Amino acid sequence: MLLAEKLYKSFAANGVLRGVSLAVNKGEAVAVIGPSGSGKSTLLRCLINLETIDKGKIEVGGETLVDMDVGGYAPREQVRRIILKMGFVFQNFNLFPHFTALKNVTEAQQRVLHRSRAQAEERALDELEKVGLREKAGEYPYMLSGGQQQRIAIARALAMDPEMLLFDEPTSALDPLLTQDVLKVIRRLAEEDRTMLVVTHEMDFAREVADRVVFMSDGVAAAQGSPADIFALPEVRAFSAR
Amino acid sequence: MKYLNNPARFAVLLGQMWEGLSVTLSLFSLTLFFSLPLGLIIALCRMSRFRALRLPSQFFILVMRGTPLILQVFTIYFFLPMVFGSVFDRLTAVTIAFSINYAAYFAEIYRGGMEAMPGGQREAAHVLGFTRAQAFMRVILPQVVKRVVLPVSNEVITLVKDTALVTAVGMVELYRVARNAASTVGTLEPLFIAGAFYLALNSLVSFLFNRFNRYFSYYQG
Ligand SMILES: Nc1ncnc2c1ncn2[C@@H]1O[C@H](COP(=O)(O)OP(=O)(O)O)[C@@H](O)[C@H]1O
Ligand SMILES: [Mg+2]
Repeated sequence: MLLAEKLYKSFAANGVLRGVSLAVNKGEAVAVIGPSGSGKSTLLRCLINLETIDKGKIEVGGETLVDMDVGGYAPREQVRRIILKMGFVFQNFNLFPHFTALKNVTEAQQRVLHRSRAQAEERALDELEKVGLREKAGEYPYMLSGGQQQRIAIARALAMDPEMLLFDEPTSALDPLLTQDVLKVIRRLAEEDRTMLVVTHEMDFAREVADRVVFMSDGVAAAQGSPADIFALPEVRAFSAR
Repeated sequence: MKYLNNPARFAVLLGQMWEGLSVTLSLFSLTLFFSLPLGLIIALCRMSRFRALRLPSQFFILVMRGTPLILQVFTIYFFLPMVFGSVFDRLTAVTIAFSINYAAYFAEIYRGGMEAMPGGQREAAHVLGFTRAQAFMRVILPQVVKRVVLPVSNEVITLVKDTALVTAVGMVELYRVARNAASTVGTLEPLFIAGAFYLALNSLVSFLFNRFNRYFSYYQG
């Protein structure tokens, strides 16, 4: 489903990604763990074209987003279409504050997928229902808790019918109580066999939910494998015990 | 008391002031009509990735904000005819000068509003597949409008008062009428009456902007 090969990315002289490779198969939930500053966010941002890579290759659903050895990035329209195969959930939600919860979920459906307003609203209410927030449809983000905002952001991503989901530390901005509500939603998505790539600090969650865990360190995937194998590695234990 | 105790003379003065006020209002509304959107274009140029747009707009803003408005009015008024060879009527020349001057101030206000937008808003629009234009029109601009209402209202209030500057190129507007009347009869009354007109106008401006501001209070952030 997703293939990243030997990605390199520097900010000025700071090499953040140094040849990281990663594959996510259809129906698989992959967790990415690793120390802060190891390049996890940068990796995800490159995958969805919020950052451009310096070297390497990214394929999504069999289409090439970028191959720096062969022609670089796809044309702009194609890039837009390819990244629509992915839903992205940010650490700090990034809901649109001037839209209600409902409109946050309908806007892109209407503008980007050209669904009718009625279609979009029906779908939005459906997604809001699934994250347990249908009754908040008419409220503005500032009226909602962080956990509620994040669940709406998930509903917003899902309403676009992505083939896979990327999460960048979806619970790091939340206090522990609200974290559980969001993790429950993500756990359910994993049970539905959604294709997911989840950067997380929640080690228990990674252990339980992920089919595979990638341990990132210094801009490379230092180790990847089953949760049991990865959490048994000394360097991972040293990191996750902190 | 040379006007207030002489109803006939007072009526004539008010008639003249009314005409002056209409010139003032024309200049005021034409300036807003042109400078508010022009400011947005300049702000977008100022923030462009392209140096060829960024540097000239930066220079333009520097000159417009860095030199006296009255100097710009004189320059436009006397140089336009030289450049284009034809005579511009006063209102046109003065409207051009005011519009580009105010556009520079509005551009900086808009830019401030846009740069204060958290980057996450653009990023969220991007990952949802919005084009840049859609992101700007549906996500960025509506939020920027809320942020700039207050600073824009400050400029608009200043504009009401700045219209009096055009007296310098011989335009007969509210202030000029009052000054003429004051000097012919030798009293300050007309100037105070003109002051009351400006104050009334700005009360209206404040009122409208407060309404506008309240309209945007339906959300925060
Ligand atoms: N836009 C940026 N400009 C410059 N440096 C950046 C930028 N984004 C990330 N970095 C740097 O890249 C490194 C990795 O950051 P990040 O990918 O956020 O790591 P993680 O998500 O694993 O904590 C950090 O040292 C950070 O300072
Ligand atoms: Mg991060």
